[in-house]
Amino acid sequence: MSKQEAQVVGTQAPQETPRETTREAPRVNIAMPNNGQTEPAGKKPVKIRTAGVNVFYGDNQALTEVDLDIRENEVTALIGPSGCGKSTYLRCLNRMNDTIEECRVEGTVTLDGEDIYDRAVDVVHLRARIGMVFQKPNPFPKSIYDNVAYGPQIHGLVSSRDALDEVVMTSLTKAGLLNEVRDRLHEPGTGLSGGQQQRLCIARAIAVNPEVILMDEPCSALDPIATARIEELIDELRQNYTIIIVTHSMQQAARVSQRTAFFHLGVLVEFGDTERVFTSPRDERTQGYITGRFG
Amino acid sequence: MTAPNTSTSALITASLRSRHAAEKRFRAYGIIAIATALVFLVVLLSSILAKGYGAFFQTQISLSIVFSQDVIDPKKTGDGQVIARANYQKLVRNALQARFPHVKKRREIKKLSALVSRGARRQLQAMVANDPSLIGATRRVWLTASGDADMFNKGAIARDIPEKTRRINDRQIAWLDALEESGALRKRFNVTFFTTGDSREPEQAGIWGAIVGSALTLVVTLILSFPLGVTAAVYLEELSVKNRWTDFLEVNINNMAAVPSIIYGLLGLAVFLNVMHLPRSAPLVGGIVLALMTFPTIIIATRAALKAVPPSIREAARGLGASPVQVVLHHVLPLAMPGILTGTIIGMSRALGESAPLLMIGMVAFIVDIPQGPFDPATVLPVQIYLWADSPERAFVEKTAAATLVLLAFLVIMNATAVILRRKFEKRW
Repeated sequence: MSKQEAQVVGTQAPQETPRETTREAPRVNIAMPNNGQTEPAGKKPVKIRTAGVNVFYGDNQALTEVDLDIRENEVTALIGPSGCGKSTYLRCLNRMNDTIEECRVEGTVTLDGEDIYDRAVDVVHLRARIGMVFQKPNPFPKSIYDNVAYGPQIHGLVSSRDALDEVVMTSLTKAGLLNEVRDRLHEPGTGLSGGQQQRLCIARAIAVNPEVILMDEPCSALDPIATARIEELIDELRQNYTIIIVTHSMQQAARVSQRTAFFHLGVLVEFGDTERVFTSPRDERTQGYITGRFG
Repeated sequence: MTAPNTSTSALITASLRSRHAAEKRFRAYGIIAIATALVFLVVLLSSILAKGYGAFFQTQISLSIVFSQDVIDPKKTGDGQVIARANYQKLVRNALQARFPHVKKRREIKKLSALVSRGARRQLQAMVANDPSLIGATRRVWLTASGDADMFNKGAIARDIPEKTRRINDRQIAWLDALEESGALRKRFNVTFFTTGDSREPEQAGIWGAIVGSALTLVVTLILSFPLGVTAAVYLEELSVKNRWTDFLEVNINNMAAVPSIIYGLLGLAVFLNVMHLPRSAPLVGGIVLALMTFPTIIIATRAALKAVPPSIREAARGLGASPVQVVLHHVLPLAMPGILTGTIIGMSRALGESAPLLMIGMVAFIVDIPQGPFDPATVLPVQIYLWADSPERAFVEKTAAATLVLLAFLVIMNATAVILRRKFEKRW
């Protein structure tokens, strides 16, 4: 995926990109390619690949030429000072930016080799495959059960009441919440504590059985204990899901992620194995940020 | 270091005094404003109550009625048609003459008859129709007094005004006194007022026709304006792409809400009556006109309610893959419902109190019959008030006030419903 192509593409509106001619045939689980910035190829296949992504809010460019590969069943952390574009990048991956009127996305974002900004892609289907957990816990003002059941219901994933019960229970178990809420499944989800609410939101996201989970600073509104609980959960979920997490806490990035991307002023500065990025950063901006000199 | 501190503190103390004074002044203004509003409210309500209270009671005169065979059915046909068409007025006159035997002159008899409502004959007719065996019998019957007698009995016509300018003359007063003395005069709850339509005779005029007319009109208004208003608001607020065209629409909707209501009446007259030839004076047309008037109010209230739903709920649903319509129908609309309902009910109560546009489409006609459906000619509560306020008879003054009370009662009920619905459906998150 060359820069050239991204620029050709970049001159057009994202939905109308006629890249059928130049694009490689969709490949599932392609091997990790070497595109300069990334580390030497890992063992896990690439799940999401972004190439030459530019994002504009009106005349403001929020992201510039971001090339990033997300590997399957890994936790990728996006770090960087406020306003560096990491949340914007995250929201490109499930097209949540579509709803912002003056937002424009250029470049290619592929999920399993399939361009998600292609006109043929239904955004509803895409978001069922890529779930999202938000900064502030935002359960629906409905019962705990209904919160988790909502996704499977709208996507028609279950045919019977029993199957739905099972999905809800499994999701709550996976989110490590079931033991705490078993007796009050039909009480409002908004009555839970902040950390529980966030785990409920995670349960709600995994009830749809997504392939990727995007987390936008999921612990920023939580106390340290709830944070630790969520971090544990993220580590468990890694077995089955590909996770991308935006965080302001470097410790958190170091604790939960396998790979870390450092963004600064809308540019992807450095990307690599978490350990490597934190111990021997190659860019001095990364070094400055992780040692607390700015940001 | 201490010197600047003490001077700062002194400055603050000095400024505090004026701040406290300003605060007290502002509180005082607030209390004065509320007190003024309350005083006006109390004056208004008590004056209406004082004037309208009387209309809920009605004077009745007890007479010993001879259901004479000769008057009702002289040929003894026993035919219901004949019995129904009989001269019941004569029964009343005979009973009155029997009660006051010294009254002989034609003019005097006429004055005497004028004490009893002309509706009394219908009362007797109904009695006989229900029970034909009454023919030939004699019964004491409480008959409705005429409007003038009623007014005199309630003290609304004073004795000390000169006879020439009085609606009721000295002889009539003497007869009423005699009836009063013998216990043949009483005041009872005015059922007629709540069960009949309008009438030229104040004692027979009722509010029920106007209540039914108002109800039919409001039903049409609600059916038309609620779904249209909510759909339009949801589209504008949640689904449409914001551009110059939607800005233009928004400005015009706000303008529509500010258009004087009589303009909508003119529109109704021009379009619905003159072009579409819908029935005149009908609740259907009234409802359509009021719906046009209420529509922008509902749009504005709904948009405000939708805006108040936190965006995080939309994001949560969208992030799960809910389609835009699912986001709205499953999450945003239910959360906005209390606000929407409140706005709708407030719009409806405005429509209930509206008279100007309805005058334009002929709902100001004198209509005696209770409307049976939205196509029947009808009038509505505020227009009924307007009509009665325009009537010269003294008895209509209290009817006007009483009708106002009824209208106010409906408004209070509607607004209370809005509050209750709001409390009931409100969800906290």
